[in-house]
Amino acid sequence: MRVAENLNSALLDLLAADEDVFVLGEDITDPYGGAFKVTRGLSTRFPGRVLATPLSEGAIVGAAGGLALAGDKAIVEIMFGDFAALAFDQIVNFASKSVTMYGRRVPLRLIVRCPVGGNRGYGPTHSQSLQKHFLGVPNLALHELSPFHDNARVLAEMLAAGTPAILFEDKVLYTQRMFQDGRIDDLFRYDFVGAETPVARVYLERPDEYDNVIIAPGGMTHRALTAMRAAFLEDESSSLLLVPSRLYPFTLDPLLPILAGARQIIVVEESTAGGTWGAELAQEIYPRLWGRLRHPIRLVHSADSVIPTAAHLERRVLVQDDTIRAALREADHA
Amino acid sequence: MTVTTERRLSRLAAADLDTMLLIRHFELGLLDLFEQGKLNGTTHTCLGQEYIPVALGPLLVDGDHVFSNHRGHGHYLSRFGDAHGLLAEIMGRQGAVCNGVGGSQHILRGTYLSTGVQGQSLPVAAGVALHLRRGGDPLLAAAYIGDGTWGEGAVYEALNLARLWSLPLLVVVEHNRIAQSTRTEDQMAGTIAGRAQAFGIRHQRIAGADVNAIRELLTPLVEEVRHRREPAVVEFDTYRVGPHSKGDDSRDRPLIEEAARHDWYRLYAEDHPEQFAPADRRQRDRVAQIIHEVAARPASAWESPCA
Repeated sequence: MRVAENLNSALLDLLAADEDVFVLGEDITDPYGGAFKVTRGLSTRFPGRVLATPLSEGAIVGAAGGLALAGDKAIVEIMFGDFAALAFDQIVNFASKSVTMYGRRVPLRLIVRCPVGGNRGYGPTHSQSLQKHFLGVPNLALHELSPFHDNARVLAEMLAAGTPAILFEDKVLYTQRMFQDGRIDDLFRYDFVGAETPVARVYLERPDEYDNVIIAPGGMTHRALTAMRAAFLEDESSSLLLVPSRLYPFTLDPLLPILAGARQIIVVEESTAGGTWGAELAQEIYPRLWGRLRHPIRLVHSADSVIPTAAHLERRVLVQDDTIRAALREADHA
Repeated sequence: MTVTTERRLSRLAAADLDTMLLIRHFELGLLDLFEQGKLNGTTHTCLGQEYIPVALGPLLVDGDHVFSNHRGHGHYLSRFGDAHGLLAEIMGRQGAVCNGVGGSQHILRGTYLSTGVQGQSLPVAAGVALHLRRGGDPLLAAAYIGDGTWGEGAVYEALNLARLWSLPLLVVVEHNRIAQSTRTEDQMAGTIAGRAQAFGIRHQRIAGADVNAIRELLTPLVEEVRHRREPAVVEFDTYRVGPHSKGDDSRDRPLIEEAARHDWYRLYAEDHPEQFAPADRRQRDRVAQIIHEVAARPASAWESPCA
């Protein structure tokens, strides 16, 4: 099953199981079914609760916040995550604040789905990774789509928390297959670490034999795997890959024993430079592992640049598998 | 269409007059507390506009949602009469509606909610109206906004949704001729009526402060929003008698005098002196007593979820 199909089926199951679930967004109804076809079929099955909206990101998220305030569960699709900037006030100043600013806990079950990321040639305003812009907002959880995490469980976790949440969906994942049964290919296996919000752990032979540890959100999975494969075959360097579903707040505890055993920790993300998720994660890790780290944590992210449209230019700005491969090589020679 | 109520204000039921006077003395009390340095932060009083939520009060039912704004004390007091809870919220004392976290402009109580960002509430109110529409009961979402709020794009996105989706949304505009320090004619092109018309949304403008007449006029309109599930905009042509927040009134003297001439408080005292004087005294004393009581309370407690 492809990742987009898994997400589609998770949404369908939610709508079927709970009459208080709404899905709102631009061009999401059939026959179009959304710009990336993630909502295909939903409006035909649930016409009153899957609503195509005008081009009004602020009002869409605001109305979803109103539904959530009234006790419903609302899921918004922002066509391109970049447009979430138009809904910043509703996300940050209304939905997230409302959970606690009235002096008692007000649960708001609201998910804002944001297709993000580049390598598709959509250009500077349709290719960004906006995760960093929403980091550190009280009562706003950030998740990222991954080929490991079943979206039925991810969406359920986001709604159960009773706080607004954003699901960042790297567009390159939609057409990839979901990994299953702990096996990725002839080389890599995976399992999950942590109970509350499981982190996928990808390893070679054994999960406790590795040189370096890469932490990367779901969208970087395939690029990281390609780099890890090359590092192993060419340099006999073995790496562990950790892919969290929830980026913020980040649950570090279950990962500490793993991270403590790394020659080097590398945090990889597609975000452009400056104020990144990786920097946030590194500052959480440092005090916990101070004295046990053998090298500084290495941050791998895209360049400090707008994201160009032309393929050869875009490729230069964004993190690619060879960027991660180079980081692994440097780690091995550190 | 504008309806102007008679200059001579009709006699109010005692309870209505009491609520209007409670709001008036509550707001005057706040300004006084600020002058004495006893209030933290800022606040926005609704002096001169007290009659609007009082007129709307009985037209709204318990299950209706009310969205208020930065200038919301009158909205709250007309709905709940709870001056102790509101003052405790503003002063950060025990018994505060929201434990002192929200303060003057962020209040949630039941289906009543205020927020401090202009225009933010209208899309939220549209979402609540969508919820109510689906529920089947004839309930509505009412949102108070000002003339300045019409500068925000969120207003138009919400009006568009409300009309497209036939939402029971009542937009109450308190057009007090000024947005903080900027005169409406310097910040609004065209009219609110024209803007409502552009969306095919019914608009009613009301000048004058006769509560009974306003109620009579609005009763069928509110019922239509409720039962036919169509949005409507009601625009009150009103006057802000006091400053934007505290001591920041930069209007020319003639404008301030014009506002004072239209102040319902003065007009009603003229029209019904025998009813007004004792009621006014009672509410002034009552508010003084409430301030005394609340100021003596210990600080409010908040179990911060982030601690």
